Amino acid sequence: MGKLGAVAATGVAVLVLALGGWMRAPLPAAQGGGTISGKVKFTGAKPAMPKIDMSEEPKCKAKYTAAPPTDEAVVVNANGTLANVFVYVKSGLPASYKAPAPAGPVTLDQDGCRYHPHVFGILVGQNLAIKNSDGILHNIKAKGTKNRPFNISQPTTMTSERTFTAPEVMVPLECNVHGWMHAWLGVLPHPFFAVSGTDGSFTIKGLPPGTYTIEAWQEKYGAQTATVTVAGSETKTADFGFAAK
Amino acid sequence: MIDGLLVLALLAPLVPRPPSLVPLQDTTKGKAVYVKWCAGCHGDGGAGDGPSAAHMLPRPRNFTGAIYKIRSTASGQLPTDADLMRAIDEGLPGSAMPAWKGRLSDGERRDVAGYIKTFSAFFADTSQHAAALKFSGEPGGGTGAAALKTGRQFYDSIGCRKCHGDQGRGDGPSAPTLKDDAGFPIFAADLHQSWRFRGGGSAADIYHRLRTGLDGTPMPSFSDLIDQKFLTDEQLWRLAQYVRSLSPPDPPEVRDVIHAPQIAGPAPVSPDDSAWARADRYWFPLVGQVVRKARWFAPAVTGVWVQALHDGHTLALRLSWDDRTQSPDSAWLGFEQRVLETVAGDDSGPPKAEPWPDQLAVQFPRRLPEGSGGMERPYFLMGSETDPVYQWRWTSRPRKSVAGLARGIERFDTLPGALAGQASFDHGEWRLVFTRALATPDTANEVQLEAGRAIPVAFFGWDGSSGEHGSRMAVSTWYFLALDRPTPPGVFISPVLAMLVTLGLGLVVVRRARRRGTARAGRQR
Ligand code: HEC
Ligand code: HEC
Repeated sequence: MGKLGAVAATGVAVLVLALGGWMRAPLPAAQGGGTISGKVKFTGAKPAMPKIDMSEEPKCKAKYTAAPPTDEAVVVNANGTLANVFVYVKSGLPASYKAPAPAGPVTLDQDGCRYHPHVFGILVGQNLAIKNSDGILHNIKAKGTKNRPFNISQPTTMTSERTFTAPEVMVPLECNVHGWMHAWLGVLPHPFFAVSGTDGSFTIKGLPPGTYTIEAWQEKYGAQTATVTVAGSETKTADFGFAAK
Repeated sequence: MIDGLLVLALLAPLVPRPPSLVPLQDTTKGKAVYVKWCAGCHGDGGAGDGPSAAHMLPRPRNFTGAIYKIRSTASGQLPTDADLMRAIDEGLPGSAMPAWKGRLSDGERRDVAGYIKTFSAFFADTSQHAAALKFSGEPGGGTGAAALKTGRQFYDSIGCRKCHGDQGRGDGPSAPTLKDDAGFPIFAADLHQSWRFRGGGSAADIYHRLRTGLDGTPMPSFSDLIDQKFLTDEQLWRLAQYVRSLSPPDPPEVRDVIHAPQIAGPAPVSPDDSAWARADRYWFPLVGQVVRKARWFAPAVTGVWVQALHDGHTLALRLSWDDRTQSPDSAWLGFEQRVLETVAGDDSGPPKAEPWPDQLAVQFPRRLPEGSGGMERPYFLMGSETDPVYQWRWTSRPRKSVAGLARGIERFDTLPGALAGQASFDHGEWRLVFTRALATPDTANEVQLEAGRAIPVAFFGWDGSSGEHGSRMAVSTWYFLALDRPTPPGVFISPVLAMLVTLGLGLVVVRRARRRGTARAGRQR
């Protein structure tokens, strides 16, 4: 299954769970090499996320039958870990490293007036397929500073494609019709990134041997780094912890 | 279209470039111009943070991000040199950005355009080549009913109303949440005031903005919709023409004297009385009150339309103005707070947003100036302690109209005399009619409205949901009101004016707009 498939499947799962948060990050396709995995822990009182009032969009509101939608800035999992943390190799790759050609587009879906996924990554030059499953007007604005921005509209069920030219962690994406819709996109020149899932874990596979600076980025709590050395096909652990503010 | 671009690209080196396409370069001379004329607003480092920027809404452009509103290029792309020159030459109407053509020489404007490009590395990056979109020409028949109907259909089906509102006055459900890329509050444009559009008010200008979007703002590009066959290029033109039709054919001209014709029937007390359809409309621009503290640099009420009629006993004055909210409106409290934080750093720091009402005031001197040369008028800014002014004041909540004497901005004492006011609010427009007897008993304080005299008059407006209250208001200068003496029925306004009154309906107007459209299209080719 290609990256596209993984994203799509995960998208569906998220839809089904509605509030389940991001499952498991799409894994880079590289085989062999070292692995870095770990958990993103959370300490302190779980912050109360504000409810989102979608009365203006009955079509979206109707998709939340179990519980009203809430802001996704901090998603604390049942096991006390954090979802939606972007973990990536910040530095340490040999200068000669060349990223594999992207397998296909990464899909960002607008469903229930929310972005799925909320935090995700993409390769420089890889297509981002922006899909409107809601069939109501969304605009999608990318507000990068290293990448040129864009702001396009989708008044109906449709898909638009865009690419990014420069590494940037993170590019904020937003909808201005629905001020609560935010997503974060990490644009990287290599596939060594992951997003922590509903159990707070992440895995970055296929790393060439080396010593890496790994950064974990959370939209509200900022970034943390760790230094990890991998050799051969060994697996190293790097755990991160964020505290309530 | 791709082929066309390709051909153009291949031919480009062979064709001598028109002057506006010559790469803008000389930055030493440009810097001198910049420091002298632009840095006060745009900042020495081009970050949009010059000393005068703090009270502005919208803020001066931050050149370091190279994000421009008025472009001929696709969403997110750099502007072409011609785009930059246009912004500098013509300014951005509806903002503090002046037009520099005529103030700076051709060379100076080109040099400074070259200089502002140096604030961002994007312009030096050769992979970021900015290519103008290939725009089609305006299809004819754009003011016809069929075209406007098509345009309106797409206004609805695309969802422009989400931000701009059902009638286009910037009062859509998403409007109170809008921010620009720097996080400052931004108004969805009032589509009834095309003369304030940043990129120009013609149908072609609007079409170009719909294709490109206004980068750095919530206003998106709609070009993808053509590629994806949601609508055709011609239908997007119809939408632009529909938007164009919401504003008067020409930017309103300010005339100094409001003529109040005498009519046979009783003077209309309701703003929706049919008598108003025949009365000439006068436009008076309002500006922020920046004389006294607390100053106000971001007036929300940009002007008032005034009509006047009298019946020999009573004067009826109709005022209408665009205001996206019927204040107080709790949905806009957050927006109001952001506006106050952005522009009201005048004295002690921004005040807290409160549910202020909308207000309007009409001001007269207490007595008409004496003698033939008597043009002496009280201080326009609500008179003074020793020389008060007579005012009619209306508030939206509680809904009431009172007359009284103002002695400066702070002091207002109501008078017992009879003043009637009736107002209605419709999709972002207030319509208000004041009626008062021409002659009143209190001749010392209440202006006597004599026919044939030039009666000084001034206007003040407040939009509560933009944080306007007290001295935070929009003001006009003194103008005149003249009550005409009775004339034979039917000829009280000239036929030409009658045409203009029914804006958009008069054949003359339509024809003129069409002629101008063709002229403009010709110029662009
Ligand atoms: C009185 C303040 C002021 C001065 C002086 C001024 N500007 Fe501006 N300028 C602005 C504001 C405000 C904006 C933003 C308007 C908006 O965003 O709608 C702006 C925007 C611009 C833009 C952006 C156009 C676009 O499409 O986004 C350019 C280019 C520009 N100014 C150039 C200049 C140059 C060159 C000078 C000096 C010759 C200058 N300005 C002087 C206030 C000013
Ligand atoms: C997400 C909100 C949003 C939507 C949807 C939207 N607009 Fe806008 N529009 C804005 C904002 C905000 C501005 C003001 C930008 C500024 O002040 O620089 C604007 C400005 C404009 C302008 C003025 C351009 C200028 O030169 O200043 C026009 C015309 C316009 N919009 C038309 C439309 C039409 C037609 C549609 C539907 C096809 C539409 N807009 C959809 C938010 C929106």
